[in-house]
Amino acid sequence: MADGSNALADKSRRRFLTRTGAAVALGLAAGVRFIDFPSARAESSAVSGTQRWGMLIDSSKCASGCSACVQACSDEHGISGHGRPQTDAQWIRKVTLRDNESGRETSLPLMCQHCENPPCVDVCPTGASFRRADGVVLVDKHICIGCRYCMLACPFKARSFVHENLSDQKPWSPRGKGTVESCNLCVHRIDEAKGRVPACAEACEREGHGAIQFGDLYDPASGVAKALAQQESQELRADLRLNTGVRYQNL
Amino acid sequence: MATVSKITGSSDFSVIEGSSAGFYALVAGLAAVIAAGLWATHAMESEGHHVTGMTNQIVWGIPHVFAIFLIVTASGALNVASLSSVMGQKMYAPFARLSALLAVALLLGGLTVITLDLGRPDRLVVALTHFNMKSVFAWNVFLYTGFLLLAALYLWTLMERRMNRITKPVATVLLLWRIVLTTGTGLIFGVLVAREAYDIAIMAPMFIAMSLSFGTAACLLLLMATGACTGRFLDDAVVHGLKRILAWFVTLVLYFVMVSHGVKLYAAGYQGVERFLLLEGGVITSMFWMGQIVAGSLGPLWLMLWPPTARSRPWIAAAAALVLLGGLAQIYVIVIGGLAFPLQIFPGKEVIESGFFDGVVSHYQPSLPELLLGLGGVAMSLLIVVLGMKVLEFLPNFRSGG
Repeated sequence: MADGSNALADKSRRRFLTRTGAAVALGLAAGVRFIDFPSARAESSAVSGTQRWGMLIDSSKCASGCSACVQACSDEHGISGHGRPQTDAQWIRKVTLRDNESGRETSLPLMCQHCENPPCVDVCPTGASFRRADGVVLVDKHICIGCRYCMLACPFKARSFVHENLSDQKPWSPRGKGTVESCNLCVHRIDEAKGRVPACAEACEREGHGAIQFGDLYDPASGVAKALAQQESQELRADLRLNTGVRYQNL
Repeated sequence: MATVSKITGSSDFSVIEGSSAGFYALVAGLAAVIAAGLWATHAMESEGHHVTGMTNQIVWGIPHVFAIFLIVTASGALNVASLSSVMGQKMYAPFARLSALLAVALLLGGLTVITLDLGRPDRLVVALTHFNMKSVFAWNVFLYTGFLLLAALYLWTLMERRMNRITKPVATVLLLWRIVLTTGTGLIFGVLVAREAYDIAIMAPMFIAMSLSFGTAACLLLLMATGACTGRFLDDAVVHGLKRILAWFVTLVLYFVMVSHGVKLYAAGYQGVERFLLLEGGVITSMFWMGQIVAGSLGPLWLMLWPPTARSRPWIAAAAALVLLGGLAQIYVIVIGGLAFPLQIFPGKEVIESGFFDGVVSHYQPSLPELLLGLGGVAMSLLIVVLGMKVLEFLPNFRSGG
């Protein structure tokens, strides 16, 4: 009996939380926003495949010389260099390109592309690399053995191996010496009940560039889905058919 | 003169005496290299991998070169066992045990190196209890374990007279198993679609050919070394038989190397990586032409086929040693060369600035600890062979002039 009443209480709590979450999401979804605050589900409920978090990066808005997104990522996740750029971890980087034919130059941030078919997840022997139902590709630091096979497999060199001892870690973004890490779409932020956008998108917006648009790719009302529906975009290494969660415009 | 027909049971085999100063010096020397390897592991694990030459661009380094070399060679070291127990070539029967011992020892050495290079070697138990069955690495955990068990079973059927009747079926399964195992090792690279130097199915048969070549060379050297060091008779027919087989396998590897590069040279999208590996790669290019092709393939072929050297045991031994050194060079080119060439993330565009070394060739400077770890694995394999011969009857009893 006691079990039954507990189950009922759980059920009603879950219903309450789900409805609250849905109400918050509905409230926030009203109108077109540049940045979608991802709160379509309650904090305590499991992620689901009805959402897919992703980004749209407009390289025409990405200012050359600006690295606010990189700095914000480092601050958010406690990533500090040791003066050894070859082994220092990097979750997001700025790249400047020149078109071989036209000579046009573009600038863009590059990070884990959160593929639907991630090669890093395929090759990971222990399953430490995994893709969450909502599209976020993560590393389980508890079962990563540090073999780095995922780093060989990633077409974007998006992953770093922690080559050094760590100190002053951020409690919301635990790291581990001898394990592999990469952009986690600031999963601690998007999982909050009210939802916050990743630090890089926030910083880009704060700088007034607005080159990184974040949101639910599956929600037709989200800004990112609308922008993708209206304008041509591309995924990097489209030939590999990874169906990346990060898309680019004006590359 | 001893003939192979005399081999009828375990009484024809014996342990090595292992009481000479030379024996103890050898064991002490190998133990010292292993100790150095363990020190290197301690340094890498306590300080972090920044003490190695490996980086976020050159993700795998010298330890992987040694580990893959040992694992690939292990599979081929069983050639003598297969020739004897599967193909019924009785001439090789006296050496089947030694062939299996060498295979087990090389695999254990290779697996030790790859484990100790992990970022978290303390999580070996995680690797053995959590499996993502889509991963080639996870398949390999089963393939390597199965190989060790089958090789142990095979040795048992050889050493226990009552088990002799199942030697052939066990050896046949072991032969098929090692073909699958080396396919798995080759596919570690073959399935990597992101890297232009890899992403080619021919990696699997090429690795099989490499294993046949390196394994035969290692086995031939071991037979010659144990013969010379323990005063045992080694028939010319065995030496020249293995030499001829080795020459075929070296040619087979050359063929696969030629086809794999030829196919990529044909495709416009791969010409950049081929230009890098074959012409402009600096150390990698030298390692390919001078190490792998000239010293590791054409040189030994010349030594094994040119009549004046082909009849000489020292020259045959030199050829086998060159095949092994060439093998190390080949795996270095595959691992380091494949990683040094930049990923082509933006086809049709040139990277003019990057915060993470995009679009540029990465350089690799191996450090002492990782070299010691790799050599420690080789020493471990050799020590297992030496101690194995001391405790169990692996060596045939033929005496010089017997």
